[in-house]
Amino acid sequence: MAPFPLDLIGLLGKPGTYLVFMLIGFGFGYALEISGFNRSTTLAGQFYFRDLRVVKVFFTAIAVGMALIFTAVRLGWLDYNLIWVPPTYLWPGILGGLIMGVGFILGGFCPGTSIVASATLKIDAMVFVLGGLVGAWLFGETEPLFSNFYFGSYYGRLTVMDVFHISTGTAMLLVALLAIAFYAGMEYLHHKVTGQEPARNRYRTLAWWLPVGAALFVLVLGDPTPAEKWNRIALEKEALLSARAVQIHPGELLDSIADDTLRVIMLDVRPETDYNLFHIKDARRVDMNNLENVARELLLDPNINQTVIVVMSNDETAATEAWKVLQAESVPNVYILEGGVNNWLSIFAAEEEGIQPLEQAGDDQLRYTFSAARGANWEAADPFPHEWELEYEPKIKLERKKGPSSGGCG
Amino acid sequence: MTVENKQPEKKKKSLFNRPEKPYADPYLGGIVLALVLFASIFITGSGLGASGTVGRFTVFLIDLVAPEHVDRVPDFLHWGGGTTNPLDATLPMLTLGSIFGGLVSGIIHGRAKWEIVKGPSISNRTRLIMAFLGGVFFVYGARMARGCTSGQGLSGGAVLSAGSWTVVFAIFGGAYALAYFARKLWL
Repeated sequence: MAPFPLDLIGLLGKPGTYLVFMLIGFGFGYALEISGFNRSTTLAGQFYFRDLRVVKVFFTAIAVGMALIFTAVRLGWLDYNLIWVPPTYLWPGILGGLIMGVGFILGGFCPGTSIVASATLKIDAMVFVLGGLVGAWLFGETEPLFSNFYFGSYYGRLTVMDVFHISTGTAMLLVALLAIAFYAGMEYLHHKVTGQEPARNRYRTLAWWLPVGAALFVLVLGDPTPAEKWNRIALEKEALLSARAVQIHPGELLDSIADDTLRVIMLDVRPETDYNLFHIKDARRVDMNNLENVARELLLDPNINQTVIVVMSNDETAATEAWKVLQAESVPNVYILEGGVNNWLSIFAAEEEGIQPLEQAGDDQLRYTFSAARGANWEAADPFPHEWELEYEPKIKLERKKGPSSGGCG
Repeated sequence: MTVENKQPEKKKKSLFNRPEKPYADPYLGGIVLALVLFASIFITGSGLGASGTVGRFTVFLIDLVAPEHVDRVPDFLHWGGGTTNPLDATLPMLTLGSIFGGLVSGIIHGRAKWEIVKGPSISNRTRLIMAFLGGVFFVYGARMARGCTSGQGLSGGAVLSAGSWTVVFAIFGGAYALAYFARKLWL
């Protein structure tokens, strides 16, 4: 697994984590101040093409930031799945954005800049912050009136790549070129309005072309395939597989399902026909080709840290493949049902009518015949936990997901 | 700012009377900001933010006066319900740091001084009223969009969130669309 981001709470505890955030905040405040973001006239000047400082700083920060982040991701240093990507709520985002635009042109600040400007004793900024407190209060009071709108048009963790069906490198190139077109257009308008020539220096060159370079780098290498992601972690994870540290006994699965403090998500990766014949109650059938999407959906789950995920196939072959994909996508607490559904049936369906063992079956094929395709409507699909006293070696250990479960604004 | 005729060099170099220096090159400022943003995402997995702290501070204040009200309003509840202290989170720490960072840079560069910054054709009073209204609108919108220019713009933009890019276009679209009508404030 990529070494970053770090599990700060696990490494440093809460005080240490807070210190790290304070240091990052220090850099943030410093950067905003040297950029001139503490003067409302500078911020507002952009909207009249008088002062391009803000748009240049803002888009340089995004484009160069993007270049650094995705280069680190492509080199395998940083795990994109563990980064907080603000989820998309389309219409609240658009309407909220337009309202922010009104606040921007009236007040000359945004929240971050108003706080930094207050720190440098700008009285208008302090008043803006006061207004902001009132705005937050008003929002809380009025939000119940439009809850459906506020929580509607939700698309989850949606990236630019998902929207346009393009690779990461292409998306980066798009942003990098958009930024350049934007700088050039702005400088042209600025020249028209003020007659000033833009300062051409090495920072400008870097800000214009570094994102393009990074985009080309990622574009040429292409997005890592699941196999490539797996290879990065294979050494460590193969050891777990061969030590049988992640294959849990059916009895442990049954006890986990019965455990009220734990949530169990079962992913059944068998073909649909097998699933229709028999599956464990509440197991969700998942197509192997769709596993990456399922992984992303799981990572967005706010309760993922209290969740055990158990993958199963008829024996273990397909389940192990699925386990590898989920590991490569950084999903925490994934286990394999030991011996698969066949093993489960050998324990729980031994006396059930309508379920008969077959003499022989190939690897990862169903070793039982069923009198009807009854899905989860079998006794063996939902055994009563207290009737079964099974001996097993417990293997489930809950680990916290490393990345944040909420982002900069929460 | 008016330049004094007395040689400023001779003035005693007190902490708050340093000569005012010009701002950094905007592209350099952007690159520094990008490095901070990258460090934040690389180390912690989450980006920069600001409006969340404003919201949390609001809940903190309401919690002082009317704690039971916080427990009734859904948008306040998730930050400050029950005994939860809304300021006991990573984002307020980041904001605390940014106050220090801004102050230190302001002092070093001689730009930390009491003043009201405004366009040339309005009074201080108008400026302050507009600043207040701007704050109300901005943070109201930021709560609705679940983030402001920092959280959605910088952070969401750099990690290529589709929703964040929509928010950025809406913010700048809204501001440019209204700029003409608000020109008296700034020009």
